[in-house]
Formats: sequence, C-alpha cells, structure tokens
Amino acid sequence: MSTAALTGMSLREASAALAAGTVSSRQLTEACLERIAATDARVGAFLAVTAEPARAAAAESDRRRAAGEARGPLDGIPLAVKDLFLTRGVATTAGSRILEGFLPPYDGTAVARLQAAGAVPLGKLNLDEFAMGSSNEHSAYKPCRNPWDLTRTPGGSSGGSAAALAARQCFGTLGTDTGGSIRLPASFCGVVGLKPTYGRVSRFGVIAFASSLDQPGPLGRTTWDVAALLQAIAGPDPRDLTCAARPAGDYLARLEAGARGLRIGVPREWFGEGLQPEVEARVREALATYQRLGATLVDVSLPHSKYGIAAYYLIATAEASSNLARYDGVRFGRRAAAARGLKELYAASREQGFGAEPKRRIMLGTYALSAGYYDAYYLRAQKVRTLIRRDFDAAFERCDVVAGPVAPGPAFRLGEKTGDPLQMYLADIFTITCNLAALPGLSVPCGLAQGLPVGLQLVGRPFDEAGLLTAARALERELGPLPPPAAVEAAP
Amino acid sequence: MALTVDEVRRVAALARLELSAEEEQLFAGQLSAILDHVGALASLDLDGVPPMTHALAEGEAVALRPDTLVPGLSPEEALANAPAREGTCFKVPRIIE
Amino acid sequence: MGTADFQAVIGLEVHAQLLTTTKIFCGCSTAFGGEPNSRVCPVCLGMPGVLPALNQQVVELAVKTGLALGCAIQPLSVFARKNYFYPDLPKGYQISQYELPICLGGGVAFTLDGQEKVVRLTRIHMEEDAGKNLHDVAADGGSGVDLNRAGVPLLEIVSEPDLRSADEAVEYLKALRAVLLALGVNDGNLEEGSFRCDANVSVMRKGAAAYGTRAEIKNMNSFRFLKQAIDYEVRRQVELVEAGQAVVQETRLYDPARGETRSMRSKEEAHDYRYFPEPDLPPVRVDEALVARLRAALPELPRARAARYQRELGLSAQDAGVLVGDAALAGFFDAALAARGGGAEAAKKVANWVIGELSRLMNETGLAPGAWKLTPAGLAQVLALLDAGTVNGAGAKLLVEELFRHGGDPAELVRQRGLAQVSDEGAIEAAVDAVLAASAAEVERHRSGKKDLTGFFVGQVMKALKGKGNPGVVNALLKKKLGGG
Ligand SMILES: [Mg+2]
Ligand SMILES: [Zn+2]
Repeated sequence: MSTAALTGMSLREASAALAAGTVSSRQLTEACLERIAATDARVGAFLAVTAEPARAAAAESDRRRAAGEARGPLDGIPLAVKDLFLTRGVATTAGSRILEGFLPPYDGTAVARLQAAGAVPLGKLNLDEFAMGSSNEHSAYKPCRNPWDLTRTPGGSSGGSAAALAARQCFGTLGTDTGGSIRLPASFCGVVGLKPTYGRVSRFGVIAFASSLDQPGPLGRTTWDVAALLQAIAGPDPRDLTCAARPAGDYLARLEAGARGLRIGVPREWFGEGLQPEVEARVREALATYQRLGATLVDVSLPHSKYGIAAYYLIATAEASSNLARYDGVRFGRRAAAARGLKELYAASREQGFGAEPKRRIMLGTYALSAGYYDAYYLRAQKVRTLIRRDFDAAFERCDVVAGPVAPGPAFRLGEKTGDPLQMYLADIFTITCNLAALPGLSVPCGLAQGLPVGLQLVGRPFDEAGLLTAARALERELGPLPPPAAVEAAP
Repeated sequence: MALTVDEVRRVAALARLELSAEEEQLFAGQLSAILDHVGALASLDLDGVPPMTHALAEGEAVALRPDTLVPGLSPEEALANAPAREGTCFKVPRIIE
Repeated sequence: MGTADFQAVIGLEVHAQLLTTTKIFCGCSTAFGGEPNSRVCPVCLGMPGVLPALNQQVVELAVKTGLALGCAIQPLSVFARKNYFYPDLPKGYQISQYELPICLGGGVAFTLDGQEKVVRLTRIHMEEDAGKNLHDVAADGGSGVDLNRAGVPLLEIVSEPDLRSADEAVEYLKALRAVLLALGVNDGNLEEGSFRCDANVSVMRKGAAAYGTRAEIKNMNSFRFLKQAIDYEVRRQVELVEAGQAVVQETRLYDPARGETRSMRSKEEAHDYRYFPEPDLPPVRVDEALVARLRAALPELPRARAARYQRELGLSAQDAGVLVGDAALAGFFDAALAARGGGAEAAKKVANWVIGELSRLMNETGLAPGAWKLTPAGLAQVLALLDAGTVNGAGAKLLVEELFRHGGDPAELVRQRGLAQVSDEGAIEAAVDAVLAASAAEVERHRSGKKDLTGFFVGQVMKALKGKGNPGVVNALLKKKLGGG
C-alpha cells in the first residue's frame, strides 16, 4: 500500500488491516513518519517526533501479533498526544519556554494506558501555552496551521491534536478540554473530538491549567476511533481523587444503535446573534437530518449561558494562577540567569519563562482571589456555575442530548484575534458551559462553510459518553466522511 | 471597572511576575476590559445559591489512599531537572531570615 | 507600674505531626531525617501534572483526636489552598483547610495550683508540612532545599485566647501533648519539631473590655522556652503600652540564646494568601459509622486515668499527673504493678520507682520506650528483691539502671555484681565495733550529747560494708552500742 493509502485509513480500518495481517505496525508507523516529514513543515502540528521509540514500539507490537498476543484495537496503532501530557524521559513543554528541556520522571495515567494497549507513540503535539488559548497562536514554539487553509488557525488549545488528524499524520490523538480546547479544534479541522464528563478520564500526569474544568479526551477521524480511544483511557485512577470511581462504560457496543427515539434539546440561547448564518445553516441541517432519522427536537432553554464566559474566566484564571505557581525556577524548568535574591529569582524566571497569555491569566486570577475581591469574583462565579449546571439538569428532564454549534464561525485567520484577548475568549462561548457544568460534550463534523469544516456540538448527561457517541455516529453515517483537506499537500 | 497601573503592580508582585512598563500599561487596559465583561455577574441575584466548588458530582464515591509505602524517586532522579543543586539539595540564592 | 495592672491574653496554635507511615498526599515515607531529597516523589516535589491522593489514615487520626478533645466532627470538610511563594513550598501553595475544617470546638482541661481549667479549642484541621531550607550550605552563601518533610501530615490545633499566663500555656500544652501521646497520633517531640507550638500573645489593662493587639511568637521548641518567650513578650508589650506606644501586629521569633523575641521583618511583607477550595480534592466525608468505630476504639485518656490512679490506687494527684503525662510511663506503671501485685502500698512503691528512676533514665538516655531493656516484670522482680531484703535501696537503684541499659535477669545480676544485702548480725557487729574503735573522739562527742553523730556512724559502717549493709540492723546495733543516744 502507498503511504497515502496507509495514512488515509481511519483508526478502525488500520486496526482491521493489522488484525487481517494485510499491514504491519511497522508499515503504518513508517507511513506516518513519512507523512509528518512531508507535511509538518507547513502544518506545525508536532513539537517533537519520537521516531525511534515509535519504531521500537511498532516492532514490539508486530512481534506480539505474530505470537498471537495482540492486545486489542489500539495495538500497533500510531498515535500522538498533546504536549501537556507527561511522557517519561520525553521532553514535555506545555508549549511554554518555562518548561524548556523538562524531562518528566513519570508517565501520566492516560499515556500509560495507551502504552499498555500497545499503541505506538509518534510524538508530542502543538498547543497554546499551558492550554491557554483558542487558536494555538499562543504556543511559545511555533504556530500550528489549519490543514484546510494554512492561513487559518486550527483552533485551540489542542490545535496540534486536531491538525495532525486532518493532515493524516496519525490515527488518533489525545487533547485536553478546559473551555472547548478539544471541541473547537475538532470543529475547525473537521475531525471528531470528545470532552468526557469531568472525572471520566484521569488528570494524573496532565499539566494542570484549571483543575476543576480540565478534562483529557480523545480526537479521531471517526466516532468509532474516538470511542476506541476513550475505551482505553477512561476509568478510575487511585492517583486522581477527582476521577470517578465508577467503571468505564462500553463505548463501542451501542455505537451503531442510531438516533430513532432520541430527544435532542435545542437551546434557543445558542442560536442568537453572533452566530454566522452559514454555520447556523449547517447546524440546522444536521438537526433536520436527525429528525429524518427518527429523533425529535425539543426546544430547551439554558438561560445562564450568557454568563458562561464571565464565570469561566474568573474560575479558570484563579485556579491557573495557583497551578502555575510551581514554575519558579527551583526544581525544574527555566531559571533566570544571575538572579541575586530569591524574589529576583522567582520574578525574573517567571517573567522570562511565561508568554503573554499565561501572564495575563495569572494576573487576572491572582486579582480575582486577592483580599477583598474573592466574594465579588471567584465566589460569585462558582455560584453562577451552579446555575449553569441547573440549566442543563432542567433541560435533561426533557431531552437526552443538547445540540448546537461548537463555535460562532469556522476557523478564523491567524492573527485575527490575537490583539484582543476578549474577542479570542468569545470563541469559546458555546463550549464553555459544558465544562462549567462538568458534562460530556463532543464535536462531530456536519459539513462545510466557506469551504471550511463546521462541527455540531452534542452535550450529554453525566457519564453518558456512550449515548453521545451513538448520536454522533448516526449523523456521521448519514453525512459520510469529509474529503481530505487539499491545502496541506505540497504545491505540485 | 478600570484597573490602575498601581493595582497591576500590586497583583504582579503577589504573582511574582516582573512586568515591563509596557506590560503594565497593556495589562491595565486588557484586564480592565475583561473585568468590565465579568462585571455582568454583579447584576445576578445569587442569594441562596450554593457555589459549585468541586466538579466531581457529589454522589460519586471517593476512595482515599491506604497508608502504605510506594517507592519514590532517588535523590538523583529528584534533582535531574534542577537548574542548580548543592549536594542532594535544590540550590537557591541565600534566603534572608 | 508593671505587669500587675495588666492581663496577658494567650492563644496557642499547635502543629502536631501525625504518626502515619506515609505522607498526607503521596506514598513517601514520613521518617525523620535521611539524606536530603531521599524521601520524595513527583507528588511531594510539586512536579507538573501531579495530584494529591489523601491518606485515609490522616483522616482517621484527625477524627480520633477530635473525639478525644470533645470536638464536633464535621461530616463534610474541605481542603483549601494557601498560596505563597517560598523555596520549601514546592507547589507555591500549601494544601490546608480553611473555611470548613474537620473538627470544630472542643477543649483541653488541665489543673494548675489545684485549679481545674478548660481551654476551649477553636478548630482542628489537617494540612501538609513544608520542606526544609538549609542556610549557608553553599560556598557562595546560597541556601539548599530538602523536601523530605514536604507533605508530612500535620494537625493544626488552634485554641481560643483563653490562657492568662505562661504557666497556664505550659500546662495546656502538656495536657494536650499527653492526650496526643495517649492516642498514639503524635510522638510529642518538641525538639525534633514533630510537636510545634506558636503563641498569640496580647496584653490588656485589667478589667478592659477589648483585647490588645497580638503578636505571634514562633520557634519555642521546649516547655521552658515557651514559658520564657511568653513571659518576655508580655513584659515587652506591657512596657510598650505603658510608654504610650502601640504593639505592632507581627510575627516574632523567640531567640533561646538571648531569651528574647524579635521581629521577623523579612517575612513581614504584606501577606495575601488567596485561599480557595482545593479543586484537586473532593470534600472529605466522615460518616457516622467511621465516627462510631473510632469512638469505640478510644483508649483511656490521661485525666480519666489520673483520676482512677487516685481513686483506686490511692496515688497522690501529683504522682498520678506525672504518670499520665507520658503514656509510655503510665503503661509501664500499669504493667509493673500487675506483675508485682498488691494494693495501694505496692502501687505507691511502683509509682515512686517509675517516676523516680525510670523517668530519670528515660530523660538521661533519651531512649524511646521500645529501646528500654528494663521490662515491667523486671522492675517488679527488683522490688520483690528489695522487699525480701535481698538487696537494699542502693542496690535496687544499681539493678534498675543495669537492667534499663543492658537488660538481664535481676536475681542473676545480684549474684554477678555481688549486690546482696548483708543482714548477718555478726558481720555487721564486727563492722560497727571497728568503726567505733577507730573514731573514739566522735564517740565521745556523741555520748556527751554535744552532737548527734548517728548519721556519721551509719555512713562509716555502710562504707565498711560497701553499701550493702541492712540499714535496719545497722541502726539497731549502733543504737545499742552507743548506749541509747
Ligand atoms: Mg498551619
Ligand atoms: Zn512523595
């Protein structure tokens, strides 16, 4: 098979080919490495490619398979993870200068589970610094570009995780979602991205941005791929007490169950002004498709959605200001040269190590928690969070999933919003409430607008990832796959 | 809600950030704009609404850790990423007590 | 002029290290000392990506302590982050409890000058210890950071400002320490810092309505230093007030060398800890079943034990107090008395030896109870030999010390060391005659009634008998030979 044919497969197809013996993990891995070499100079999805560990893992996988010891659907599949996941002995930067050269002494739980499943680690993916951003433009190392239009952003913060899939550089990725950081890039790049229920996937070994909102999750080119990845990483972890003790569900068993009888809540607040007409058109068409498939649409209201951004930027920055205090130049990471006193050491190391966005958020969060402001900002935001969760609880009494747009528009241009942080923050307006309410949400492609992918967002009940994936699969089967993006290919 | 440069300096000191004069100006403006936006929360009546301080649903079981030893890191492993060390200690500039 | 017109107002904040095997949020050892950074892992180093996993035993020991001190155990308590930068604080925040601690209320009772006093507790909460900064370790004057202690579990026990003197503060601390030792939740070691105490001290004119401004005193690692520090601080504040100056609210360090407290200005930069609920730890839930199980397992507490010793064994309040002040001594006493048998009389004897010799040896050697070679049965045997007249008091003391340090069989040791008491009249009479013959002058003065020299003669005879003479026989014979006297 040609490199294009190999890398063009979905994870499911590649897995089946491995099982059938028509390809080897070695072939898949070499094909991905070739594809990365051929395209990533233009895309910038990878911060590090771990070719040798990948080749070694592929050889191991082929040996296992030959010995009849294959471990399941991910065994031998080349994957890559956002550079926010700690990987033992492999540089982990969080897209920040302050972690330049940091070599973790341990593997995070999700990464360890992928390894245990036999996956092949291709490398570390580009992101906004400490996952703070919606366009991947806040990466301290290099921007990541959208494979559909290299002048546009892939979305953020897990930009590399979505772009690498759209560019056919690997078969599945992991990202993290604090305010939309999996769903927005998935929507912008035309892939499937799932933000699990808070507590469904362990956060141990994932660099924290906002601890009560962060959730790791899978991205793939199909719903099946995403379900298989979730199956591998979901479930209890004694090292993360905020990870639910309940066992993971079976995310593949009911994937093809269809949408008949599904009650889809359509929140009127998500279709207001600011939503671009073409995006609204794709979303409405998707809803109509669901009706054709036997689902019913229910008009629901999420009245407090409009406070989501405000509550989010107080809670997320407050937690971030504390989570980022450990980057002080003492035990790891960058230390400012020739710092005389302790104060200078801290201030200079952090000033030099952090980019503008982390600094901005550390400042805002520190302010929101500081004496005299806590009640007015942080505490109020936590109460609003309760109201937003109650909105969803009420909606779920009348529907099974809530559906709407992922973002007001398709991928925007690089540099378009970097001058105005607030405008950048507003890109998360539809995704943020899902994190505040700790619910599962996903983005599934529902067509193109101005030749760019548009994602449909589905939000589900707590721990109902299976239901979300089944609903998304019904639409996916109906619409068929998006064509591969042409922009990423070198001009002939 | 306008943030003065003095407030920016106070917050930067708390956060151990040594901002340049330009950054102080920039952040004073940008943070003020963001605070204007979040000011919307002030209008909400939140009496009797409990804060959602934790994201894991209340009903979820939580298993605490048993009090048993788990192997950790050797001093060399612990110091492997240290920018500066003294013996097996992390080294910092003199701390004035 | 002077402290007489003033009232001291004192509250204590105790940090007690819990006796767990592992740290509060990771599986690292809590053992004291060790090579710097040899008892660490990514979690207690505050590495990127780590999360705290709360140690079940920490919660149980906290509840146990709360029950013993009559606190209201909170069914739901919440950890919070206390944010500040310091090299011994790896994450840039300490995980503690703030608005919702695990225990509220309760109290500690003690007796001072026959007066019973109960000091109210404000709260008890769980938190992690910081690491250790080592100063001037580097040639260039730089400091080192050792994180072996980082994450060791602590209980912070905060009292109301109910204490009115340094002596009360000391008695309160001793009583609290005794309870923690009895529960086995803490080793009570002030020197090593596993039982630390800070004091909030203020003064007010007698009869005044409002408390004065308080200073927080740190670094008092013995009961003596606690008393000295508070006495000094009260005097200092009274002098300030009388000189019409204001007491500054600040943290002050006690300097044992000077016996003074001095301001820690370097740490006085405006603190703003920005507390907020720790999002990485769900609220701690303590259910009825756990409380019931721990309550049922509570041991007899020091004051109850002391009361029992007085009521059932007729010990003095003084002796009972000393015994229950250290669970190890009280336990040894119970076992030795059981082995010895007998009633109030035996109890008094055993208590004297435990309070006298055993605690002397304990303090001199600094050995932990586990390292004592003397067993309760061993002490009982020594006392039996004493009562049987096989050895005299001096011999028994030697035996106890020998057994404490090296162990062995008492009867066997009596033979080996030749400690057997001489009661044989003939031998003693010979010694008495020799002494009297050798000291005619003293005999003359004694008989003349100028001076009673009985003590002198007894000493001489005992000396002749190498300290092994039976005191009763020696006295009787001397009395006879010296003619009444
Ligand atoms: Mg404390
Ligand atoms: Zn540890």
